[in-house]
Amino acid sequence: MTDRVGPPLWLLAELTYRCPLQCPYCSNPLDLQAGARELNTEEWLRILTEARELGAAQLGFSGGEPLVRQDLEDLVSHARGLGFYTNLITSGVGLSRERVSALKDAGLDHIQISFQSTDEELSELISGSGKAHAQKVAMARAVKEAGYPMVLNFVLHRHNIDQVPEIIALAESLSADYLELANTQYHGWALQNRDSLMPSRQQIEAAETAVNEWRQANPGGMKLFFVVPDYFEERPNPCMNGWGSMFLTVTPEGRALPCHSAAALPIDFPDLRTESVSQAWYESPGFNHYRGEDWMQEPCRQCPERDRDFGGCRCQAFALTGDAAAADPVCTLSPHRALIDEALIRAGSHRQRPPSPLLFRTLANSKDLIASSGGL
Amino acid sequence: MKPGEIPRLHPHLRFQWEPAQEAYVLLYPEGMVKLNGSAGEILAVCNGERSVAEIIGLLTEKFPEAPDIETDIIDFLVTAHTNQWLVSD
Repeated sequence: MTDRVGPPLWLLAELTYRCPLQCPYCSNPLDLQAGARELNTEEWLRILTEARELGAAQLGFSGGEPLVRQDLEDLVSHARGLGFYTNLITSGVGLSRERVSALKDAGLDHIQISFQSTDEELSELISGSGKAHAQKVAMARAVKEAGYPMVLNFVLHRHNIDQVPEIIALAESLSADYLELANTQYHGWALQNRDSLMPSRQQIEAAETAVNEWRQANPGGMKLFFVVPDYFEERPNPCMNGWGSMFLTVTPEGRALPCHSAAALPIDFPDLRTESVSQAWYESPGFNHYRGEDWMQEPCRQCPERDRDFGGCRCQAFALTGDAAAADPVCTLSPHRALIDEALIRAGSHRQRPPSPLLFRTLANSKDLIASSGGL
Repeated sequence: MKPGEIPRLHPHLRFQWEPAQEAYVLLYPEGMVKLNGSAGEILAVCNGERSVAEIIGLLTEKFPEAPDIETDIIDFLVTAHTNQWLVSD
């Protein structure tokens, strides 16, 4: 199989699951304890070196909140020296003007700050911190002043998607170069909170209209990315551009994954404490599990679109159908599409119902979830 | 494109050779463009000091066999400005 597999081009380094915020759509696994035994600096330096030797060029330092790692500057400096394009994906909490410039000196190419809302109140409701919003705005300014390209990221859901015009105005006022309006993906914590987070179709359409109107009025202006949540589509996303085709995630404990959600799958993934990045990427059963097409079932197996979307997302198929090799149920050709439509109907009627409470991403909630499921 | 213009890489981009892809690439926040052979050769000589005329002269000398190279270079430079890969003062 190795002769047909290209190198990893993107490396997502999840340095830690520790985070001062508690967003209920967090992309970290439900089992936060699985990140407790973090890799040390030397282990990360070796992994970065090996991934770069294979061909990885884009590197995201993510978390949790990567700023809690005191060795972040050392990792950035090493990565930049290897030729990586280095991205820091941060909440902005824990950042300071001093650290913005120390990271610049270390060679960091780009800082992406994620926001919860345009206002303090909703930001506090979602993140659990009353001070986070003002800090994010201040740090966005500091990032811009230090000469980095500025990327602002807003995760959208039913509570903030109606703010899209205000979000665009805030990004403009901060002179952002890129604005990512990233609709919540319903995995992990977000799936637990799906009924509380899913917007209605009318909300999606209004947001999309606001984005398109701004783009038409501002040609050559800041770059706006808006992706409709896959639940509202008829075909699945080409998840990770194909399993094990270019994306490599490394968890805080050194587990190599084809995407950051894949730890939830019933598959053994390689441990980079004992295996090299090359062994993990090319030889491990975990990475070869869903490469190619041999694993596909009907309707994917003979589908003329299978080389376009690769059957969609394995994690979504497993979470919703219990079978990770099934067609992504987002696809209208999937026998399980009704699972998606039922969730959309509930989202469409949510204005008539009081919202269900959000389950926040906290260590206590994580432990309760794991205990009640008998381990995930 | 005027012959005297001096194109340089947009300050938010990085341009480098990637041995694993056997290609020049442009790197930017969370993105990468793999360049075809001629695009890579042209960007490689846009160092912020050479004028369009000098770039054409240099590449014509390097690739004497290439037909219509001047048109191809100018077309690419226009596209690269539209994509904001290159900027000129």
